[in-house]
Amino acid sequence: MTKELQTYRNADLAKSLLRQIEKEVSRPLRIMEVCGGHTMAIHKYGINNLLPDDIQLISGPGCPVCVTPVAYMDILLQIAMQPDVIIASYGDLMRVPGNLGNLEAVRAKGADVRLVISPLDALKKAKENPGKKVVFPAIGFETTAPGTAVALLKAREMDVDNFFVLASHRTMPEAMQKLASGKINIDGFIGPGHVSCITGSDVYGFLASKYGIPVVISGFEPIDLLMSLLMILKQARLSKAVVENQYDRAVKPAGNVQAQKIMYSVFESCDAEWRGLGKINGSGLEIRESFGKWNALQHFKTSPVASNEDKRCICGKILTGLKDPGQCPLFGAQCTPEQPVGACMVSHEGTCNAWYRFKFMSNGNNTSTSRQRRKINA
Amino acid sequence: METIHLHHGSGGKLTRDLIRDLFVAQLSNGNAYCYGDSAIIDMPAGKIAYTTDAFVISPLFFPGGSIGKLAICGTVNDLAVSDALPVLLTASFIIEEGFPLNDLKNIVADMAETARLADVKIVAGDTKVVQKGQCDGLYISMSGIGIAPQDAEDKALGLWLEPGNKIILTGTIGDHGMAILNAREALGLQSELLSDCACLHKMLGGLRHWDFGVHFMRDATRGGVAMVLSELVEGKPYGIKIYEKDIPVRAEVNSMCDLLGFDPLYLANEGKAVLVVRQESAEAVVNYLREDELGKNACIIGEIQEEFPGMVVMDTLIGGHRVVDMPVGDQLPRIC
Repeated sequence: MTKELQTYRNADLAKSLLRQIEKEVSRPLRIMEVCGGHTMAIHKYGINNLLPDDIQLISGPGCPVCVTPVAYMDILLQIAMQPDVIIASYGDLMRVPGNLGNLEAVRAKGADVRLVISPLDALKKAKENPGKKVVFPAIGFETTAPGTAVALLKAREMDVDNFFVLASHRTMPEAMQKLASGKINIDGFIGPGHVSCITGSDVYGFLASKYGIPVVISGFEPIDLLMSLLMILKQARLSKAVVENQYDRAVKPAGNVQAQKIMYSVFESCDAEWRGLGKINGSGLEIRESFGKWNALQHFKTSPVASNEDKRCICGKILTGLKDPGQCPLFGAQCTPEQPVGACMVSHEGTCNAWYRFKFMSNGNNTSTSRQRRKINA
Repeated sequence: METIHLHHGSGGKLTRDLIRDLFVAQLSNGNAYCYGDSAIIDMPAGKIAYTTDAFVISPLFFPGGSIGKLAICGTVNDLAVSDALPVLLTASFIIEEGFPLNDLKNIVADMAETARLADVKIVAGDTKVVQKGQCDGLYISMSGIGIAPQDAEDKALGLWLEPGNKIILTGTIGDHGMAILNAREALGLQSELLSDCACLHKMLGGLRHWDFGVHFMRDATRGGVAMVLSELVEGKPYGIKIYEKDIPVRAEVNSMCDLLGFDPLYLANEGKAVLVVRQESAEAVVNYLREDELGKNACIIGEIQEEFPGMVVMDTLIGGHRVVDMPVGDQLPRIC
């Protein structure tokens, strides 16, 4: 570990920040970490069970896996089963359920599904496999969209005609607006770190000015997150609402302007469906007509699939913090980490997934609460 | 390029030549009785440990080893953590038509060298060639026999475990899993990381000569340390607590885990074991292990506790806690 990283994972520093957080809490607060990476770090370091009872952390919609609509998965799975197709996907998508199964299941049936960690790797696979059609399922937020855009620009530059993008990118500020204007009471946002590297911190101004919600953009190390929480608590105590940037070693007010330009040269804004949140105006990125040649939606024929989505799934309400997994009739019975029904059970950090592990590892006790988790500290 | 074809597995002259010129020449240790249908061996009185393991890995050659070295180490280690002294191995090869002969030679040479250094004998083998596309290059299926002490079974079942016992790890974790992932997926991460693939029986076997109170041993292969510990407490009246700060992970493995969203506790190892020992002798065991090159990073990482029975709980670097549970499938590189 580098020296800098050690500082951001320092136990003494964490203790000191936690003491300050204890002192700063004056009333129950609901704080949403919007970004999946933050959710992951919170669980990885056990930050959730170190916080005072009055702080409730809500995992927001910033996990690409959790918000990818079932209809998108169905299109992807249909394409995967077509002849001479290679799906070159991020690992995140492999177990996301659609009506037709998931990518691992279609791979078992013979589909050619390969892992990549960059859209440029997918493009490379297209060049290496001229007889095949390589499809890159492009998910994620402003963090990953510029990378997809670069791959499409390169595909045009090199005139690669067997590379296709199935785009499902989403933009974060619009989703945060929907949450802020909705019926859930959020006392503060831990603003996304990687997304903000691209968008900059200025774009969140409306959340503070219009909705009166404090926003602190945070890094991903435990000390980053504790500092950001403390900054939100301070704003709450002073009844202030401004955008602060804890992650200033990476995030600038205007963001990465070059990346934004690249992104919007290939994509344009569109309305988009979020699993659990419904349609959000202007929250999607669709491939511009000038790049239609590489748009998988235009190239491949697919048909709508009858939904076998279980209507009892309450992932949407869980994603917005309105309900907890214990209130879902499917939880732990039809919906488990091995056979997830809803997206919140898929990712290791999904709220349902985390709940499940506690329920079944503490002798079937189904009263898993933050307090019980905290007991583990004893 | 010379390749293996179906006739090499048809049982005729080509098969005989391949066996004679490659397998027997490299692996027989001068044993005259090589072409019979069975190896005839002298059995020791008392208990034996008997293990079987199939080796399927991509790529076949990776930084720090090959499927040949892995096959020997993996089988030897299964015997070693069963407290047995590995003695004999058998090996079956399933080869895909078109497999480069030179690669096969190199793999068999790795097996011979690893077995020689480990003082184990390969006493029987078999070769099958399947049509192109019916297997991925080469699979090796191994069996192994070792001489076991009378109480080996109780130890293997973990019958002696009790709260207070210390958990010891024989070295850094995740080296093998990350080296393989980087090589297989061509992630393009520049690294000098090597698989930890090694035979542990000499180091672990030495523990037997001391009254250390070693209550349990398991090599932390697929599923990693998390799987070993989770299995150990499943349905048991005790739990395990481990300390993140004490778990040895190489800096490059840590960085790659950060980048890909992996947890080193779930990464495979091929030269590391988890030991559970009596509290009083834990330090002595660590000191003993550290005298061996393969155990130089050995350390105590936690203990068996009465609290949270059936669960493995980890104290995180910043003093938080989380449950370490059984992995569901392989870890996948991810973006969020």
